[in-house]
Amino acid sequence: MLAYFTKRLLVLIPVWLGIITLTFLMRAIVPGDPVENMFFGKGGDPKVIQNIRVEMGLDRPLYEQYFKYLWDVSHGDLGKSINTRRYVIDEIGDRYMKTIILAFSSLGVALTVGLVLGIMAALFKNTIIDTSMTVLALIGLSMPAFWLGLLFINLFAVQLRWISIVGPPDFPHLILPSLTLGLIYAAVLMRLVRSSLLEVLSQDYIRTAKSKGLATRKVMTRHALKNALIPVVTILGLQFGGLLGGAFVVENVFVWPGLGQLIVRAISQRDFPVIQGIVLLVSTTYVVVNLLVDVLYHQLDPRITARKGAS
Amino acid sequence: MTKNVKETSTARLEGAPLEATATPGSPGTLTQQLKPKSVFQRNFQDFTRRLLRNRSAQVGLFLLVIVIGSAILAPLIAPYDPTLVNSPERLQSPSLQHFFGTDALGRDMFSRILFGAQLTLQIGVIALSIAAFFGILIGLVTGYYGGLIDGVLMRFIDLLLAFPGILLALMIVSTLGPNLTNAMIAVGISSIPGFARLVRGSVLTIREQEYVTAARAVGVSNPRILWKAILPNVMAPIIVLATLLFPDAVLVAASLSFIGLGAQPPSPEWGALLVDGRLYIQSASWLITFPGLAIFITIMGSNLLGNALRDVLDPHLRGR
Repeated sequence: MLAYFTKRLLVLIPVWLGIITLTFLMRAIVPGDPVENMFFGKGGDPKVIQNIRVEMGLDRPLYEQYFKYLWDVSHGDLGKSINTRRYVIDEIGDRYMKTIILAFSSLGVALTVGLVLGIMAALFKNTIIDTSMTVLALIGLSMPAFWLGLLFINLFAVQLRWISIVGPPDFPHLILPSLTLGLIYAAVLMRLVRSSLLEVLSQDYIRTAKSKGLATRKVMTRHALKNALIPVVTILGLQFGGLLGGAFVVENVFVWPGLGQLIVRAISQRDFPVIQGIVLLVSTTYVVVNLLVDVLYHQLDPRITARKGAS
Repeated sequence: MTKNVKETSTARLEGAPLEATATPGSPGTLTQQLKPKSVFQRNFQDFTRRLLRNRSAQVGLFLLVIVIGSAILAPLIAPYDPTLVNSPERLQSPSLQHFFGTDALGRDMFSRILFGAQLTLQIGVIALSIAAFFGILIGLVTGYYGGLIDGVLMRFIDLLLAFPGILLALMIVSTLGPNLTNAMIAVGISSIPGFARLVRGSVLTIREQEYVTAARAVGVSNPRILWKAILPNVMAPIIVLATLLFPDAVLVAASLSFIGLGAQPPSPEWGALLVDGRLYIQSASWLITFPGLAIFITIMGSNLLGNALRDVLDPHLRGR
């Protein structure tokens, strides 16, 4: 187990180097000078521009900039915002946690709703319940998150006046964004849970369990669900990437002060250090979450370890 | 959003080998002998018959016909000029004069949404063409030649996949600058990995087939083998993937417009219409209802058609 974890951790190093390199290139290949770009070609004081360039090290050759970037990033220095002249880390501040909280609470919604509805659909296969679940899943898969968000705002805040939209980023203001994002991902999970559970239910060991007189509930919890959830875990890592991206959009619907809002502002101001910082942070999170999911998957499915031992 | 599209090794249209072995001398009806149909024609007829029998394809096609019809007929059926500002009639609720109401500048929403369909389809098609062109090229080359070029290009593709969801598109937009054209390019580039991996996977099995060995033995050049022997056999999964990625492309592009980094208002792009609409969410909810519904219908239609195509063209993926 530890060996596997270490191996995966080592594989992470080149991936992370790749991410840093691509993030660096993102600014390097932009035509024109990044500082002048930020002034949108309107031209600021040439002296000021030159000062900023020197401060950012843009007057150095590209390879030197690259190694400096590598060095800085590996020491946790993401540079300074061109726009506000503050450290990117400070600009990001607790916005990172806000985005993560939103992503995880959406994941919670998605798992709860997806599991319950998926199991129901599998248990009542080919009935009206199954069909309506399939239709629901199709609607969820086709629903743009930002539109669902606007519909929720219209329903719960404008028509019913249950929740106010503007306010501090606390729990009540987290409900609608995480419902929006969570319900959409519940659709993906639900279909997966359904097909995976149906496959497991047709296995011999389930028939054996039933024929030895176990209660249906016990067969489901002890035998079927445990196995059916393994493929669901594998896809969670990938889904988490979608959730992070989705959170970026949903934050902009609900004015949730996370990274999504910041990156949109930074992109329209062409504030590259901030964009790069966010991209680095989020993609690193994504890669690490995937690593953890992989490890969890190994823990959950002894067949994989057994197979490895045999080969 | 990442859809779980598995790489597939089978790439032939079902029934193709049987048809191919039928010799001209084999017994057939008189009409068949008079008008011999090519293998392709027969396969195609078989394919359309099976597709049209599929319920999900029927609904999907119906929805897409509405969208495509609106796009093509927009100049003919739109009751108003989509850009015509008519201040006295601002923020009118849906009525017989204005089916979908009017916006804050008195522009007819129905006409704007019809013209928006043109933009949305354009975005989807252009983004997917970019993705398919580069993705297929990379997939063919890496799968067929292998070696160093495979190692380097596929590591690069893997790297692109290390950026979650819409983030890659955001990075590209920030590099190129936020506007509609760049949003299309961004969506296109971020869909390349899907095509590249799918095509590479298929090519890896096809290149070991006897007909490829035979072609190589008689001295056919590599590019010609790729073009004539391999590409046609990976077309089925490519078409399936393209249909499944189309809704993603539409969605990401609309999301970019919605957060202000794609099409900019006054463009009638549906995501951009929602930007306008959210400002009047308290007084004019139709401004968010209809553009969103239009995006929803487009995505739902292509999802349904994609699922049906997958079932018909690629039975190995069925039920996944």
